[in-house]
Amino acid sequence: MRVHGQSETDGMTYSYMQTILKIDNLSKVYASGFQALKSVNLDIHKGEIFALLGPNGAGKTTLISIVCGIANASTGSVMVDGYDIRRNYRAARSLIGLVPQELTTDAFASVWATVSFSRGLFNKPPDPDHIEKVLKSLSLWDKRRNKVITLSGGMKRRLLIAKALAHEPRILFLDEPTAGVDVDLRRDMWKLVRGLRESGVTVILTTHYINEAEEMADRIGVMRAGELILVKDKVELMQDLGKKRLSLLLQDPLRQIPKELSMYPLELSPDGSELTYTYDTQAERMSIVGFINRLGDMGIEVRDLRTTQSSLEDIFVNLVKE
Amino acid sequence: MNIYAVRAMYAFEMARTARTLMQSIVAPVISTSLYFIVFGSAIGSRMPTVGGVSYGAFIVPGLIMLSLLTQSISNASFGIYFPKFTGTIYELLSAPVSTLEIVVSYVGAAATKSIILGLIILATATLFVPLRVDHPLWMLAFLFLTAVTFSLVGFIIGIWANGFEKLQVVPLVIVTPLTFLGGSFYSIGMLPPFWRTVALFNPVVYLISGFRWSFYGVAEVGVGISLIVTLAFFLVSLIIVGWIFKTGYRLKT
Repeated sequence: MRVHGQSETDGMTYSYMQTILKIDNLSKVYASGFQALKSVNLDIHKGEIFALLGPNGAGKTTLISIVCGIANASTGSVMVDGYDIRRNYRAARSLIGLVPQELTTDAFASVWATVSFSRGLFNKPPDPDHIEKVLKSLSLWDKRRNKVITLSGGMKRRLLIAKALAHEPRILFLDEPTAGVDVDLRRDMWKLVRGLRESGVTVILTTHYINEAEEMADRIGVMRAGELILVKDKVELMQDLGKKRLSLLLQDPLRQIPKELSMYPLELSPDGSELTYTYDTQAERMSIVGFINRLGDMGIEVRDLRTTQSSLEDIFVNLVKE
Repeated sequence: MNIYAVRAMYAFEMARTARTLMQSIVAPVISTSLYFIVFGSAIGSRMPTVGGVSYGAFIVPGLIMLSLLTQSISNASFGIYFPKFTGTIYELLSAPVSTLEIVVSYVGAAATKSIILGLIILATATLFVPLRVDHPLWMLAFLFLTAVTFSLVGFIIGIWANGFEKLQVVPLVIVTPLTFLGGSFYSIGMLPPFWRTVALFNPVVYLISGFRWSFYGVAEVGVGISLIVTLAFFLVSLIIVGWIFKTGYRLKT
């Protein structure tokens, strides 16, 4: 088992954690000439939930497809728990479970049959108890005899997760797991994913729902045009890139921002009643105190104030815009 | 070999047959019975014997081969094309299974269905015409080899096809004509010399000839040649399948 030190992109939190998935210089050029991945490097730590964010066409699904054996890499290597995905594909793939983005299932097989098939396909002996546990954990037990075609979209999504968990993988890829899923079911899935992590499963998910990543992920990777432009601990990412906004509701509206306050990054609402001061969370806190004192010195009375912090969504939008 | 994986794939494919019993078994049996009624009984009763065998009995091996070839191709091509079409192929590609295991399972299941079908047609034939099988082991060997070979061909077609039209085109445009012109309903000795020479370029002639020999001990071409051609066909198909999985042709992007 490989143990590695702090990587360039990581903070101290994940230093000396075991790497379960190591992607080195991975590139993919399709036959059409389109380069979907550009020399991607990524280490995934054992037991973490890693969220891969990026707009459509950023290369998230291509990356997952190569790791899982569905697509061939043009260059680069992928090691799964020390096993090369090409040379030791059996050992590597048996550790991985994949929940694809599309709802692709065998329409006419029963729920039980298709989940049992998935277990057998990964060369695991039949284990009805495990299949029962998986189906129950995904609220599919009552539907075990139903044909897949009779299931709703949400149930099919859960069925795909059940199929991926049938062979007890150590790494689970969830490609857009909650796309088209209602709020209740989404929360159930988050709970399930957390439960999997607690049982030692490493989870890598791609999502368009930034709040999903914010809610669940330990670390976040952002892809843009085939490049992995950022990998960071979620909390650190929020701290480093997050902005705080201090909104001051003024007793008496201003017509414009006074010249004496021009050194501060301020915005005035159109009606002049709200002054907004935007600052980095890492910024010198004293400057805020200084700013408020300055307002007092200038006789600008504040009726109320509130602070807001930028969400991961704001951060994401800023990153992919750059 | 990953035995559980092979068993799972094979069983899943066989379960599909059970779910589609009508198309898989019943429909070919009905159509073959109709051939017996029309060619064997109605027309055959007015035909002389061929090589000392009544016409009705003469066409039995050809009819079994006709079904065996078309069904092997159809079963195997559909078996692998359908996961491609629905997208469930992702599971197969991401599983820790080798090319050999996938081929053994899918081709094995398709060939099993065809062999069962061939034996059912054989049993059905006994209801219409008197039959004898001089070399039962060779009969089974030809049945097995042909079913496996053409299931491999079907597997290749299923991977190559990127639409239902292509899935149909090879069996309809190539295999069925070759089978009809391969001596299913006649001896190629009945053809004029030029067409007889042309017919010898049709590989199906050798399959039907060898298979018919196992029934009645008479053959259009030497049984050894029939066996060599069948084996050669099998090996070529196997090499193509091996190349497909090595390169990921039409399977991986």
